[in-house]
Amino acid sequence: MKAFEYVNPADVKGAISALTAGGRDAKLLAGGIDLLGELKEYIRTPDVVVNLKSVPGLNKIESDAKSGLRIGALVTLTDLVENPIIRQKYSALSDAALSVGTPQIRNVGTIGGNLCQRPRCWYYRDEEVVCLKKGGNKCYAIEGENQYHAILGGGPSFIVHPSDCAPALMALGASVEIAGPKGTRVVPLDKFFVLPADNIFNENVLLSNEVVTHVIVPVPAAGSKSHYMKIRHKESFDWALAGAAVSLVMAGNTVKDCRVVLSGVAPIPWRSKEAENVLKGRAITAEVAAQAGAAAVAKAKPMAKNQYKVPLTQNTVKLAVLHAAGVAA
Amino acid sequence: MPGWKKRSEMRILGKDTPRLDGPIKATGRAKYAYDINLPGLLQSRILRSPHANAIIESIDVIAARSMPGVKAVIITANAGDEMKFAGQEVGAVAATTMERAEDAIRAIKVKYRVQPHVVWPELAMKPGAPKVHNDGNVPKPNKRETGDVDAAFSKAKFTSKGTYTVAVRTHASLETHGVTCRWDDDTHLTCWASTQGVFSVRDELAGTFKLKPEDVHVITEVMGGGFGSKFGAGYEGVMCARLAKEAKAPVKLLLTREEEQLAVGNAPSASATYTLAANEEGKIIACDVKGYSCGGIARENFPMPFIYDVGAVRSEQGVVFTNTGGSRAWRAPGHTQASFLMEAAMDDLATEMGIDPLELRLKNDKHPLRQAQFKEGARLIGWERRNPKPGLGALAGAGRFRRGLGCGGAIWYPGGQGGSQCKVTINRQGEALVEIGVQDIGTGTRTICAMIVAEELGIPLSKVKTNIGKSTLGYGVASGGSVTTPSTAPAVKRAAESAKAALLALAAPKIGANTDELDADDGKVFVKSDRSKSMSFADACKLAPTGGIVGNGRFEGTPQRPDPLQQAGVAGAQFAEVEVDTETGRVNVIKVVALQDAGIILNPLTFTSQVNGAVIQGIGMALYEDRHMCQLTGRMVNANLEEYKLPGPMEMPEFVSIPFENPTATGVTGVGEPPVIPTAAAIRNAVLNASGARVNEAPMTPALILGALAEARRRANA
Repeated sequence: MKAFEYVNPADVKGAISALTAGGRDAKLLAGGIDLLGELKEYIRTPDVVVNLKSVPGLNKIESDAKSGLRIGALVTLTDLVENPIIRQKYSALSDAALSVGTPQIRNVGTIGGNLCQRPRCWYYRDEEVVCLKKGGNKCYAIEGENQYHAILGGGPSFIVHPSDCAPALMALGASVEIAGPKGTRVVPLDKFFVLPADNIFNENVLLSNEVVTHVIVPVPAAGSKSHYMKIRHKESFDWALAGAAVSLVMAGNTVKDCRVVLSGVAPIPWRSKEAENVLKGRAITAEVAAQAGAAAVAKAKPMAKNQYKVPLTQNTVKLAVLHAAGVAA
Repeated sequence: MPGWKKRSEMRILGKDTPRLDGPIKATGRAKYAYDINLPGLLQSRILRSPHANAIIESIDVIAARSMPGVKAVIITANAGDEMKFAGQEVGAVAATTMERAEDAIRAIKVKYRVQPHVVWPELAMKPGAPKVHNDGNVPKPNKRETGDVDAAFSKAKFTSKGTYTVAVRTHASLETHGVTCRWDDDTHLTCWASTQGVFSVRDELAGTFKLKPEDVHVITEVMGGGFGSKFGAGYEGVMCARLAKEAKAPVKLLLTREEEQLAVGNAPSASATYTLAANEEGKIIACDVKGYSCGGIARENFPMPFIYDVGAVRSEQGVVFTNTGGSRAWRAPGHTQASFLMEAAMDDLATEMGIDPLELRLKNDKHPLRQAQFKEGARLIGWERRNPKPGLGALAGAGRFRRGLGCGGAIWYPGGQGGSQCKVTINRQGEALVEIGVQDIGTGTRTICAMIVAEELGIPLSKVKTNIGKSTLGYGVASGGSVTTPSTAPAVKRAAESAKAALLALAAPKIGANTDELDADDGKVFVKSDRSKSMSFADACKLAPTGGIVGNGRFEGTPQRPDPLQQAGVAGAQFAEVEVDTETGRVNVIKVVALQDAGIILNPLTFTSQVNGAVIQGIGMALYEDRHMCQLTGRMVNANLEEYKLPGPMEMPEFVSIPFENPTATGVTGVGEPPVIPTAAAIRNAVLNASGARVNEAPMTPALILGALAEARRRANA
């Protein structure tokens, strides 16, 4: 990797100053699971790396009966998996965190890093390929090897967003707290991620001198259930071919409110209002779940080698809805 | 010349024995080539062509040479040279740190004239495709015809036709290729290598640098896998020594994972269209097969048809060249592919005939041992549970997850290669040292050497030290073709016998008997006819001169002059039980029963490890491993272990790995390769039996399974 200046700020303000001073060539380091890969493979060659781990206090999970969860950006995925309150009340997040990478990755990888990680697209990750996202003039997935690329929300780039925790958190109605030079802002995850059509270079609204400091998850409404289902080629260390985070607010047998957010199929965690609309006001049965699955992929536009993702996503939504509701498939 | 003891008389051999280097490997103390750190050691990196096909116009190294910490820059490609695949070597750099070496190769300015490339065999075969080699991409195929194929087809009761394909797999050794080199003076080179052949690395380096072979010391104490890809010094080994010479400092050159995936070998893809014909009785009477393999810029064939007696045969076999890294031997070269293609065709024929696929095999397999293995494997897996028709039966059920069973057979030919020289020294403290240059590529060779000596001398394993994996010791074979054990074990046994004979001669006057009346066992030297006349092994050793007692042993067997301590030719059979998730197209391998013949088995524990490891690689081949080439960029898109998918802990089945010896076995043989051959085929056929999904390609990805399930539903509804 190219040599860089390594900054250990004492607080968030210091991190922001260092990022501001470094400009576009500064990068923020948390667990390093994603950034180190990019540095070692010369995908990014920053002059300044700002180590957020030197900032104390960002590794706590705070839980409050009224305001919900406040998760520090440096909380590891293992911390999330092992937290009993998250397991009990925010199961989709627990499921998602457990599905990430390997035990070693979960021990080091942070929730902030998981939300802000860059795409795994094999063209983006190839030092020799200058794709749209690196300032080039084409998305190689369109004519190239696109078996792992987007079927929804694609264009002009067809990456898929790699995070498992993001769709789960989005299904739980979470927001992120962002610190920047002008202070702190809270952005719902619904508005945090941006499509390549709106911003080809970044997958979210974060500016280069802003830091995600916390994730805030509201208390689930009474009667809530949630689940994240991730389908991957192999169970040990793999990315989602398709995934679905489902949260249901039940009133008796009927779905009062719900969220369905897909992973592995779109450049951002993909909220499927089509699937949600099928579920709202209905009792969950295998047939209703299947209808939700079909609705989720109704607008899918597969390419030459990712057509399998359409039935796979349809089935995944169905299975995730049934699992969340506790109804046998 | 004494043979191996009877199994019932063995005290150490034939017993599960943990590998001697297990603790140092598990605790990180073992020193691999990667772990050799010497004073003043430099790090190095290789510059490779990013283009699948390009002519080098110019190379400018001025900037790279002047970078801080750069100690040597050597360019091996010249202006005008054609780079035939993305990953082909251009030159190398040595620098004080790895980061500086990485920066320096990027500072070398190479101007390429990029030419059209072809990376997919199906495109390379088309007229007008870019030429990989000057004489084209498709050499003349080998055609063969035995018997009257047309006549046999015309009277056949059943025929079945299918086209089957296996993707390119890489070796994916956990330790990448490479060496650490130190010039001891102008004519003496020491090289710590990750290799399957310390003597082949020695000879390549000696030849390249015009040194005497005995002045090149190659050391491989432990190594992290080769699977057929690590025989010579290779470009990286030679460049490491050249950089060290130029920089006048020791250099380490081990490849990155990306380089490992691109440039140091792979198992070629294979594709074949089989048409099989059978008569009323289920005897296969004709086989028409047309196939080809693709090993990138290299070539390699596979056997077809495979293992079964199929009557009249018409075959046409070709190879295709592409602008991709060249293939190298991959554990049982050609045979994993051959097995998948043939065994898939066998099950499809059985489906067509409406008979039990195992019955079809038993009717058409002339190998008596494999017949027995198929029957025993059927018993162990519970073959009677199989679904009578693909996807239909109690085992499959009607739910989301469908179970099924499949099988396949194997053959292999290992026997010893002559030349091994072993030395056993017994010291005055009652300990033995076994020395032979052969490397342990992870299979347990070191442990077997010590076990043989302990068995022969009648002393505990803890009293035997090992010194192996060094070209300064007696010759040992390269570990390829499963020859290591049959080539090494006889020499070790004879060296131990010779040392023991010398010890008995020293003890004879003290005990008051003739040497030939004595033997050693259980820590004692004694009169065979009266064990009360004895002395302890330790006391006998005190009679030895200061330098101890030395015995030498050789193995000089050849196929023409076989050695009774080793044997050649083994059979195997495997059965798989799988579960297919019909909603996601995922396959879970529940259980693999592997029956493997391997002559007399010296260490059942490492035998089982070998078979289990082979089954894991077979699962990788069946379900996961595929080198993806992008025709648009000409580059491998998954040159890593993230998207090049290897089975992990969650993908492990229940292993039932059974030594299934030929009862007439009198010698030892190797087991490295044969058990990897039939696993993928057995899984493919189990998927068919479970779900009705006829998947004709490996790996069977969720995409292919979902497609095949949809096709099976269409067929059922039609």
